[in-house]
Amino acid sequence: MPDPREHLLACLPRLRRYARALTGERSSADDLVQDTMERGWSRLSQWRAGGDMRAWLFGIMHNLHIDQLRRKHMPPADPDEAQALAAPSSAAARLELRDVQTALALLPAEQREVLLLVALEEMSYEEVAATLGIPLGTVMSRLSRGRERLRLLMLGHAMPAPLKVVK
Amino acid sequence: MISHPSEAELQAWVDGRLGAVRRAEVDDYLDARPDEAQRLHAYRQQNKELRARFNPVLDEPLPWSHTQPPRRVWPWRRIAAAALLAVGAALLGGAAGWNLRGAAEPGIAAVEALPRQAALAHAVYAPEVRHPVEVGADQQQHLVAWLSKRLGTQLHPPQLGAAGYELVGGRLLPGDGGPVAQFMYADASGQRLTLYVSTGQKEKRETGFRFAQEGNVSVFYWIDGSFGYALSASIGRGELGRVAQTVYDQLAGQ
Repeated sequence: MPDPREHLLACLPRLRRYARALTGERSSADDLVQDTMERGWSRLSQWRAGGDMRAWLFGIMHNLHIDQLRRKHMPPADPDEAQALAAPSSAAARLELRDVQTALALLPAEQREVLLLVALEEMSYEEVAATLGIPLGTVMSRLSRGRERLRLLMLGHAMPAPLKVVK
Repeated sequence: MISHPSEAELQAWVDGRLGAVRRAEVDDYLDARPDEAQRLHAYRQQNKELRARFNPVLDEPLPWSHTQPPRRVWPWRRIAAAALLAVGAALLGGAAGWNLRGAAEPGIAAVEALPRQAALAHAVYAPEVRHPVEVGADQQQHLVAWLSKRLGTQLHPPQLGAAGYELVGGRLLPGDGGPVAQFMYADASGQRLTLYVSTGQKEKRETGFRFAQEGNVSVFYWIDGSFGYALSASIGRGELGRVAQTVYDQLAGQ
């Protein structure tokens, strides 16, 4: 049985990668990782040996990230929509939007999370559902919507309206 | 008749998660639909670009603050020492069994414990970006006076400029036999090495140069009377050996 502390530390580089992609910014990512690790350390005794440590830690990070967004009074989707709407359609702005990180930041947080857990973490869809505490069908629809939105953003489209209805 | 793939199946195709048979069917389906194929290939390209953009984060040095237990357990040096050892053991990889017990058991031979503890302290602090040392080399007089006072003996950090390493600074660490000093050096490329100086070696004897490998940290160590010295770095044995010889000669000449 590996030492849970080692197990926890072994997940650290992946948590940092995910946080960086999720927040798009180094200092917020570092804060998020710091908070996740602190909570992870303090709850390590609650972690069920043999359970999926990675899903457990990413779940903690997910909850903290949602809390953070709420504390800032920014419901996950709104600022993204606002930025997307405000995006000028000049050639320079379009060029900038083709950058994957810039485009990623314009996705609603819940789509960004799913896409990153699949693309970066290479979690199975079922693991993503367990980590985020959402049904598998929701994972698939967020993945589909997130990818399409990212594709259009990278083609230089401003996203005029929330794509809430697409299933 | 091939069933029309669902959107979920198309997503799974993007991620390479369909079984071979179904994948071939979807391939055929896409051959007949260039627009749909273009969309899905763009999704695959997203996966690649996201990995290319963010995978380098995996190789960044870990900030020390991320690897330590919550701060509120820190007022006690003893706990700090245990946490440091646990983290260090993890950073070195493996060594799950001994980490806490081995360091705390009085029975363990001091000579054996020295390179491990030195390598652990190295693994913890050498990657530290913001706070690699408590007192920097720019305050060398203060650093030497402070550590000398705490260790109860006059310390002289060796000058390793000739070997290409400059003193970065030092810090005080808890050790089995009392306080321990760690001096950190770095070369022009940022490669760091640490000299770990412990007092209170119970056996009070001399050993020759010894070499140990702890994870990817190489350690040369020796005991001189009540002092234990260990030089650690993630560099080859040969290079570290040459620096260690310099350190040894300078300390012996004091």
